[in-house]
Amino acid sequence: MTNALTVIALLLTAVTATTAALTREPVRQAVVLAFLGLCLALLFTVLQAPDVALSQLGVGSAITPLLILLTVRRVRRQEQADEHPDRTE
Amino acid sequence: MSRTARLRLFLAAAAVLAAALITAATELPGFGGHHHPYGERAVAAGLARQTANIISSVNFDQRAFDTLGEESILFGSVLGAAILLRLARDEGKRRAAAEPVLPTTRLFGATLLPVTLLVGGYLVAHGQLSPGGGFQGGVALATALHLAYVAADYRVLKRIRPLAALDVADALAAGTYAALGLIGLAQGAGYLANTLPLGTFNQMSSSGLVAVINAAVGVEVASGVVVLLAHFLDQAVEIVHNGENR
Repeated sequence: MTNALTVIALLLTAVTATTAALTREPVRQAVVLAFLGLCLALLFTVLQAPDVALSQLGVGSAITPLLILLTVRRVRRQEQADEHPDRTE
Repeated sequence: MSRTARLRLFLAAAAVLAAALITAATELPGFGGHHHPYGERAVAAGLARQTANIISSVNFDQRAFDTLGEESILFGSVLGAAILLRLARDEGKRRAAAEPVLPTTRLFGATLLPVTLLVGGYLVAHGQLSPGGGFQGGVALATALHLAYVAADYRVLKRIRPLAALDVADALAAGTYAALGLIGLAQGAGYLANTLPLGTFNQMSSSGLVAVINAAVGVEVASGVVVLLAHFLDQAVEIVHNGENR
């Protein structure tokens, strides 16, 4: 039973990680990364490492995607301002 | 460097790394087996110092010096981000706009904010007893505060976020960890040695130095992550180029 769970969690992680690497659009990638964090947290829980799972959940699913999204927002605002210098945002 | 040269360099380095890793792993115990030489020693050492959460015992006692390095990395990266993202000469601040929020989102954020704060505080406080600890709890605490941004807008988040105090708390907590190591040194046992009274097993006041370092790490991580996110949020929401229209 535990082995089946481990295999499922490993497969989920491998599929999500590959999707994250193949997604080139940053906003979508942030969402996929959040999901990857969730899969990794599941894997660590199945492997009886709840401490690592908690770290992964906080950093991988919440903080990292948020930092990426905020960066994208800032960069896009800059690009918009450069393209339409006469229009207010 | 050309594309093929780069690929060759990568393949050569990857081959060496793969060979080294495989050689290093041949002597490891099998996956999921019953024989855990490192685990058995770590558990014995943790129990000897009245620490119920062996992971915390490894992080803050048996390998406390390694964790000091990791905390310094976190502190250094927060410091680096703060310096890079500071207000530049050709940038100005505009007032963040009030933003409309769906009522369901507001309810979600307002309900989860106190719950997440409580969970974060619990994780930090029980770091020496149950899974979790300063790092995990600190991240949960920092995330909790930012639910205000989800539930309302940046103005509300700024009002409930004591940024100046957290700036100082981050530096103080990082310094506290390094200073706590001197206790062991003063008692002649060595830097970061666990020489404090060990208390009763499985009580809040057990594990000696582990609980104290755990609390310092909780403060450092929570305030560090809030400060880091504050600089990113400022850039995304408030800071504009002087050429940009306000």
